[in-house]
Amino acid sequence: MSAKAYSVIGTRPIRHDGADKVTGRALYGADFTAAGLLHGAILRSPHAHARIKRIDISRALAYPGVKAVITSADFPEAAERTVDMGEGDTPLSYARGNVLAIDKALYRGHAVAAVAAASLHVAEEAAALIEVEYEPLGCVLTAPEAMLETAPQLHEGKSNLASQFQHVLGDAAKGFAEADVVVEREFNTATVHQGYIEPHNATALWNNDGRVHIWCSTQGSFVVRDCTAIILDIPVSQVKVTPMEIGGGFGGKIPVYLEPVAALLSKKTGRPVKIVMTRKDCFEATGPTPGSFMRVKIGAMKDGRITAAQAYLAFEAGAYPGAMVGPAGMTVFAAYDIPNAVIDGFDVVVNKPSTAAYRAPGAPNAAFATESVIDELAQKLGIDPLEFRLKNAAKEGTRRVDGPKFRRIGCVEVLEAMKNHPHYSAPLGGPNRGRGVAIGFWFNVGLQSSATLNVNADGTVNLVEGSTDIGGTRTSIAMQAAEVLGIPVADVNPSVVDTDTVGFTAVTGGSRTTFATGWAAYEAAQDVVRQMKERAAKLWEIDATAVSFDAGVFTSGERKLTFKELADRLPATGGPIVGRATVNPPGVGGSFAGNIVDVEVDPETGKTSILRFTAVQDVGKAIHPSYVEGQIQGGSVQGIGWALNEEYYMGADGTMMNSSFLDYRMPTALDLPMIDTCIVEVANPGHPFGVRGVGEANIVPPTPAIANAIQRATGVRMTRLPMSPPAIMEALWRESSSQRSSGN
Amino acid sequence: MPSQTHVTTTINGEPVQFLCEPRQSLLECLRDILGMTGTKEGCNDGNCGACTVVFDGRIVTSCLVLGVEAQGKEISTIEGIARGNRLHPLQQAFLENAALQCGICTPGFIVAAKALLDQEREPSEERIRFWLANNLCRCTGYDKIVRAVEQAAAVSKQEAAR
Ligand code: FES
Ligand code: FES
Repeated sequence: MSAKAYSVIGTRPIRHDGADKVTGRALYGADFTAAGLLHGAILRSPHAHARIKRIDISRALAYPGVKAVITSADFPEAAERTVDMGEGDTPLSYARGNVLAIDKALYRGHAVAAVAAASLHVAEEAAALIEVEYEPLGCVLTAPEAMLETAPQLHEGKSNLASQFQHVLGDAAKGFAEADVVVEREFNTATVHQGYIEPHNATALWNNDGRVHIWCSTQGSFVVRDCTAIILDIPVSQVKVTPMEIGGGFGGKIPVYLEPVAALLSKKTGRPVKIVMTRKDCFEATGPTPGSFMRVKIGAMKDGRITAAQAYLAFEAGAYPGAMVGPAGMTVFAAYDIPNAVIDGFDVVVNKPSTAAYRAPGAPNAAFATESVIDELAQKLGIDPLEFRLKNAAKEGTRRVDGPKFRRIGCVEVLEAMKNHPHYSAPLGGPNRGRGVAIGFWFNVGLQSSATLNVNADGTVNLVEGSTDIGGTRTSIAMQAAEVLGIPVADVNPSVVDTDTVGFTAVTGGSRTTFATGWAAYEAAQDVVRQMKERAAKLWEIDATAVSFDAGVFTSGERKLTFKELADRLPATGGPIVGRATVNPPGVGGSFAGNIVDVEVDPETGKTSILRFTAVQDVGKAIHPSYVEGQIQGGSVQGIGWALNEEYYMGADGTMMNSSFLDYRMPTALDLPMIDTCIVEVANPGHPFGVRGVGEANIVPPTPAIANAIQRATGVRMTRLPMSPPAIMEALWRESSSQRSSGN
Repeated sequence: MPSQTHVTTTINGEPVQFLCEPRQSLLECLRDILGMTGTKEGCNDGNCGACTVVFDGRIVTSCLVLGVEAQGKEISTIEGIARGNRLHPLQQAFLENAALQCGICTPGFIVAAKALLDQEREPSEERIRFWLANNLCRCTGYDKIVRAVEQAAAVSKQEAAR
């Protein structure tokens, strides 16, 4: 545990952008406006799978107030090639095709054409006047069906099985032969959406000098810059992205959808064009997280040692390859030290929107399967579920099935914290109640970040960074600079700036922002200290190595200057000081999370109420504990929604039947108790303050923890998400009828 | 261009006039015509609460009210909550309790919670959760929001006692 005393790290200052955000002054993407602004609307496919035979835009173009109409034919000519959209190699036609359909519509809601007009209402009316002749094709909606020989093919000449992989460790057959007990089950999880409250938006101006300026809500302004440039076939230097405040992302605001379209409309009209998605568009046409079919088998000896494990993971990529099955394969057994294992993963295209990242993408699906089987094994062996996990927990040196060996991790510490938590031994107090536990892992990412620090004469500093702030990261990053400089965090003034103004910075995602951009701020602060030591040395006419710095004070023998005093003397000692740093840190520290959850299941309705929820997470070091708790609580509640209610309810023709917040039922304040958090700090040796990153691991354990609690409350093991009231009633009826028939 | 209607109303205590199309929602009028973008749009169909305003003393989702209905009414929005240079106790409590992450839901929550505290001194946790059930927040899991409202209630009570 990190015991070092800090003056700023670990405190709970009010965020720098706080006043703006509680007064309504903060400007989000949809709040942006500009002189001459036009509004865009998008025509979307009513078919889940159809050939586009003809598009006639003439009536729309003639509609009063309409300034331009575009289709994929308006993309500049470019030869097919593979491009890097941030997730490895993608054919250019896929990157473009998801923005405006080329030849075929691959999911209901697929963008087909776009209109720019003087008002949104006019643009929407004109979009409805675009005539599209479709040839509807059969659609396929699940991975197992899409893998059948007879399934309709989404991409001509290419199998729906876009890719597959296998990880092998030891000898699984031998391991299962050694096992005293083996449990194998099949699991299905529905497509779910990130559900950020702010819809996607983008405003673009293709200026007369040829430069494209984009204002939007995104998790990564440089991703928007680079992807827009690729799609429009222009150099990245021709695109400038100004990130506006962002109303949630959770992974879903990494891809570009609207930016290239708004840019093309602006090119045609010479005016700025703004497009904002409707909520229905967000559900039907942005990237949700994959639905999945999984089979997991685990064997253990009587003493509780796991001998072998096997996983079959088939994930729905949506319309284009790239289901998050890779990360699922990396995490499915990561919490355990298993000598023999096989993991097979399948990335399968189906006629649903192209999936995107959602908080620890792939890991919650996989954990639902693994942690349910682990729970059942513990029951069969008569071992306490936490003891069983502790017996097999991954530690430093444990080899993951997919290859890497763990560095210092906190899996055992999380399990111990759960075991020792008063919740675990509290009485349940009532019928139809059950307590479940589960754990989960996310590896977190590092990636590139940049930061600069400008020293002001009054001893404050301006921090310039490029990580869009979705949950208080301006402050968690500023705190790391303040800690180094020995100044109050209020004296660090952070700004998130556009892509012309700061060095490359990767997405706010992968739990990396406080870790990596925080590290950049730390290094930039070290750079400031180095330069200020030189100034002190100059004033004192000594060598810079003779100046020391501690807690905001430069000293050499008896001589002493505070940071503030010295800052005031910069003009006289050589001019301004700018500290700068870029990082691409290798020392990423994975995070484990665990839940203890008490539920009550109403036997009449099948409704599950969460009575008590405790979320434990190893965060390495909590820079701003309130925001760490907030991440844990938010991820937990998204997990609760995923477990109990959320799903894309699909008609057989590929129509999402519940594309509104009324019918896609996310948890409300009334559905929940307080979410108790327990922060575990096993310092990450790969970060100067021990940070691991906190954003994602917390969404991994809720679905299995709740499934395990429901099993204990009802005796029924749920193997399908969501565990909604009808699903639970069906399972209860099935159980009671099978008991009746076996009783006869 | 469709013909526009002249609307005279009161927003945050100030007289306001604007022209709008009859089909435009109050949310659109606030944001696009009056430039009051503090009120947010999350769904445009009454199911997220991001657009919550007070309309003649009742909280409404402004996406489901027509702009022309504002004629002669009193409307309060997030822009009218701070007391001059001082934040309202709810705003302060949201900051101190870290009750916002992305902040897109925050204006709606603060407007709705203020309406509750204006009529009830000491709402229970259950009451707060019930009152705020039409406001979706996807970031926080509501825990810190509920605590912030509880803290603001306590502060307001102290202020009133003084
Ligand atoms: S925007 Fe009005 S309720 Fe969602
Ligand atoms: S803080 Fe993001 S939706 Fe509430």
